[in-house]
Parts: sequence; C-alpha cells; structure tokens
Amino acid sequence: MTAQAGVDVPVVRPRGRATRWLGGDGAFRVVVTACSAVVLVTIVAMVIFLLVQGFDAMRHYGFFSFLTTARWAPSEATATSASPNPYGILQFIYGTLITSLIAMILAVPVAVSVALYITNFAPLRLRRGLSSLVDLLAAVPSVVYGFWGIFALLPALKPIGGFLASTLGKVPVIGVAFSGPYFGYSYFAAGVVLAIMVLPIIAAVCREIFATTAGSWKEAATALGATRWEVAMVAVYRPSRTGILGASILGLGRALGETIAVTMVIGNFVLSINKSILGQGATMSSVIANEFTEAVEPFHLQALFVVGFWLLVVALVVNIIARRIVAAQAAL
Amino acid sequence: MSAEAFHIEVASDMVAAVASDAEPLPEIVVETRGLDTWYGDFQALRKVNLSAAKGRITAIIGPSGCGKSTLLRAINRMNDLVPGYRTSGEILLEGVPAPTDPAGVIALRRRVGMLFQRPNPFPMSIFDNVAYGLRLERRRSRRDLEEPVERALQRAGLWEEVKDRLERSALGLSGGQQQRLCLARSLAVEPQVILMDEPTSSLDPIATLRVEELMREFRDEVTIIIVTHNMQQAARVSDVTAFMLMGEGRAGELVEINRTRELFNRPQDRRTEDYITGRFG
Ligand SMILES: Nc1ncnc2c1ncn2[C@@H]1O[C@H](COP(=O)(O)OP(=O)(O)O)[C@@H](O)[C@H]1O
Ligand SMILES: [Mg+2]
Repeated sequence: MTAQAGVDVPVVRPRGRATRWLGGDGAFRVVVTACSAVVLVTIVAMVIFLLVQGFDAMRHYGFFSFLTTARWAPSEATATSASPNPYGILQFIYGTLITSLIAMILAVPVAVSVALYITNFAPLRLRRGLSSLVDLLAAVPSVVYGFWGIFALLPALKPIGGFLASTLGKVPVIGVAFSGPYFGYSYFAAGVVLAIMVLPIIAAVCREIFATTAGSWKEAATALGATRWEVAMVAVYRPSRTGILGASILGLGRALGETIAVTMVIGNFVLSINKSILGQGATMSSVIANEFTEAVEPFHLQALFVVGFWLLVVALVVNIIARRIVAAQAAL
Repeated sequence: MSAEAFHIEVASDMVAAVASDAEPLPEIVVETRGLDTWYGDFQALRKVNLSAAKGRITAIIGPSGCGKSTLLRAINRMNDLVPGYRTSGEILLEGVPAPTDPAGVIALRRRVGMLFQRPNPFPMSIFDNVAYGLRLERRRSRRDLEEPVERALQRAGLWEEVKDRLERSALGLSGGQQQRLCLARSLAVEPQVILMDEPTSSLDPIATLRVEELMREFRDEVTIIIVTHNMQQAARVSDVTAFMLMGEGRAGELVEINRTRELFNRPQDRRTEDYITGRFG
C-alpha cells in the first residue's frame, strides 16, 4: 500500500500517430456499437415477450388487478369469471423486496468489514488466502446454498428466530414484523441465505476500492498520528462510499433475482402477505420456479408470465433508483 | 598607541570568535546516529548521521534513489509500515531516543509532521481537513476547533483565500493551495518538526515560491527538514544542507552536511563538488 510511495513512476508517452493505420478505430466502433445494440434489443425483446405471453391473462383480469391483490389461488380460477383476480402478486413483490432488504442489511456491513480487515488488518501472508476464500463463496452453486440452507441453516436459525419473536416481536408497532411463531422456513431464512450469497460480490468490489483509492489519504492520516483503526477508516470516506454503494447495488441485483436457494427455504406460502419476516412467503422468482411446470389452471401459465414481467420491472426500477443514488453521491 | 590598537584588535577578534560560536547555539531537534535501514535484503541507508537544529531549515539533496525519502520516513517511522523494513542505529528527538512501541510511534508522529510530494488533502471540507489531527487528539466541539483551524490556515498563508469557503471540498482547491492546506493540517497539531519530501515538485513556480516563503516564516517555531532534488531550492530556502549519494551496493550515505552557503561554495568532499557543479547525477 504505502510501499511504492517513494518510487518515481515512469511516464508513458503516446507513440507518434501520423504513421498509424486509423481504420481500426472505425471497425472497433462498429463492433462495440453493434454489441451494445444487441444488449438493448435483448432487453426490449424480453419485455415484449413477457407482455405477449401474459397478454390473455392481463386482458381477462385487467392490467393492474395483479398488483392490487395479494392472493394467489390458481385453483379458484375459472375461464369465465374475471373478478376477483385469483392471481394477485403483491405478496410476491413484497417477498422479493423484503428478502433482498434483509440480505442487504445483513451483508453490507459484514462485507465492508471483511474488505476492511483484508486490506488493513490481516497479516500480509493471510491476505491473499482470505481474499480467495471469500471469492470462493461466490463459486458455490445456488442449489447447494439451498440444500445447506434447509439442513444446516434452518436449524441454526431456530434460536435466533425464537429470540427475535420473543423480544422484538413483543414491541408495539414494529412487533408485527417480527411476530412468531417461528418454524424455520421464512422470509428471514431466505434473507440470510441471500446475504451469504451476495456477501462475496460486495466484499470483492469493496476490497478493490479500499486497496486502490485511499493510498495517499492513508499516508496522510498515518503521518498525522492516526492509529491503525483511524487510518483504516480513511477507506470509507465519501468517494469510497459511492463505491460501496455501487458494490451493494451489484449484490442487490443478485439478491432480487436469485431463485433456487430462496425457493428452498422461504416456505412458498402464496395466499397472502405475511407481515412477519419470521413467517413463510414467496418471491416472484420462487413462484415462477415452483409452478411453471404444472400450470394447468385457466390463465395460470399466462399469470406466471405476468409475474415475470413485473419481476423484470422491479429489478429495472430498483437498479435505476440505486444508480441515481450513486450518481447523486458521486456529485457531492 | 600600537599596543592599544593591538589590544582592540584582539578583543574584536575574540568577540567575533565568540559570536560565531555562540550565535544561535543550535539546539539539535532531530538527530540520527549511525542509521542503517534495509528493505528486505537491500540496504537503503548506511551509517547516516544527520542532525537538524531548531530555527533552521535543513535541506537534503542528492540524486534520485539515494535514500532521501527513506531517511525522512525513518524519522517519523512511516517506513515501519513497509513489509521487510528494518532499521538499526539511533534516532533521537530532542536528544531522547525516538519511541518504537506502537503508542509511542503514534505520539511521535504527532510531534513530527510530514508533507508529501503530491498534495494529499482528505476528500472532505477544508475545515475538516485542518481539524483532522486535532480531532484525533480528542473529541471537540466545532466552536473549540474554529480558533486553532484559523490559526493554522493563517500560518499556512491560506486563510484569506479560503475563509469564505471552509465548508467546501478541499479537492476543489488548486495544487498549490492544496499543498498549503496540507501544511496547515500538519501545523494545526503544533508539531516540533515538519518533514517535507519534495513538497513543491508537483507545483508551478509561483506556488513553489509561496511555499518557500512560508517555510522561512515559521522556521523559528518548527524545525524543517526538506528533501529536494532541486539544488536551487536548497540554496534558496535552507540554512543547512546535507548531501547524500549512493555508496557501495547502492546504499545511501550522507556525504557531507554543512551550512548551505559553505556546502555550495566550498564543498569539502570531491563528490559533493561534482554533484553541485553538475558533473554528476
Ligand atoms: N518500499 C520500498 N521497498 C523496497 N525498496 C524501496 C522502497 N522504497 C524505496 N526503496 C528503494 O530504496 C532506495 C532509496 O529510495 P528513496 O528513499 O525513495 O530515494 P530518493 O527519495 O532519494 O529518491 C531506492 O533504491 C528504492 O528503490
Ligand atoms: Mg524520494
């Protein structure tokens, strides 16, 4: 980190331009433009595809009726009656948002701490190994997290869930969000699994930020007689905070869409919004994964496409909002 | 008559002799004795004896890579953070061996400030930059900080320029202003020594002169050791100059240290002469 401070950096000069072939610029531009266009076209095509596939259900029940109902009961669907809409998806949107929120609340502080530890406190010999270990968390397949979640995490979370229910659950107003009983499968368990899954993503980006941006500030702080801890805090100054936020958004994107592991531990309760995070629920992706192979009721499959459409919308909106926040932070 | 004249002559001679001896009987603030440093197996400094006196600006000159920065960073123990760095020999502060334990080193760094090659203000407001060191000492109210912050900015010659925008980001200042802000940040904790490692090498000539002026202004209160590879700068600002050169095995050695005028006009060592006359490095 401070090791190179005294060493002069050689200046790299651009080589003469006149003699060089410039056609590469044009070709390169065409290629990158085409690639960007492909990305855009894919997203638009996907939205259109989901809308087209869900069109019959939306025409039958009304475009917004899906969002105003929180009850998903395919067996009550008939080909003739349009109201009430048996395919309400509000509880799934809630499930997606609440599990991601729990994941971020748990993962961001831990990931930032891990990155701070690796870049500032860990003995040099251990740094590389620790980094790889954290990266390895990202390599574990989702389904393994799900399995592990069911058989190891759920039992382990029992006492914590019970504790939350008997303490926070008794507090007026916010108690609703923590009321028991706690059986295991829950938003909470899904949030914890997600937290572990997004942790390596956030930690890896933060590690890069802490290792690169703050070198000269760390020197300044050290020279002013800051302790090791105070020097480490330099890494989370405002410019880095933008980076931490960006890293969190990357993790959030993963959390919003993650399917298999969540489906395995969330309980897949689809009939209403469970106000308590200790209760069972479902997310937009979990309901699609669970039901698309056996969607036999009228408009059932189409309704799942509607869920898919709104999942995409939620993901895009969250991303745009998050990007706004980052941009606003960066402009400060 | 002649006897009397003789007598007077002797007297005035003696007065002169006494004056030059006693004239600011230099109080040594920083001293290294037989200082060796290594980066791993590479010896970067060999048997360096440097002393810097109060009220004087001591310049260290020498070709690139001869260990000037290493010497400075040995004094405030910044190099302790470099893996594989070792040191032997003595470093004295006001005649007392500099502490080596973690708490002692931190206390040491509060007495010995440092200015770097590139201005490195924190990405916070101008006020918070200057207050940083004071806040490390203990929690203080904003009101408590206003006075010392203003004083530090005054001493760094920056107050008039920034007094209306203390809450703005320090990163919006020009390079020269940023370096003076870093100076104010160091001065705020009232250090006894400030180490400067080529503090003007990234500044334009006018900003450079401004910093040099300031150094002359507060040299009576703060002992300054400045590394520069610009000999004109050493000649302009310093009272004492030390010349360093790579010796055997590229280890940096202190060749000669003398009053600046002496060193430049009547170098004692052949290598010093070669260097200052441009025959070398
Ligand atoms: N952190 C470091 N690790 C290893 N070698 C270093 C380090 N810093 C400086 N050196 C070496 O020590 C020698 C002296 O460097 P330095 O003190 O920066 O010289 P100067 O400031 O006079 O240009 C050089 O050979 C340099 O390569
Ligand atoms: Mg140097």
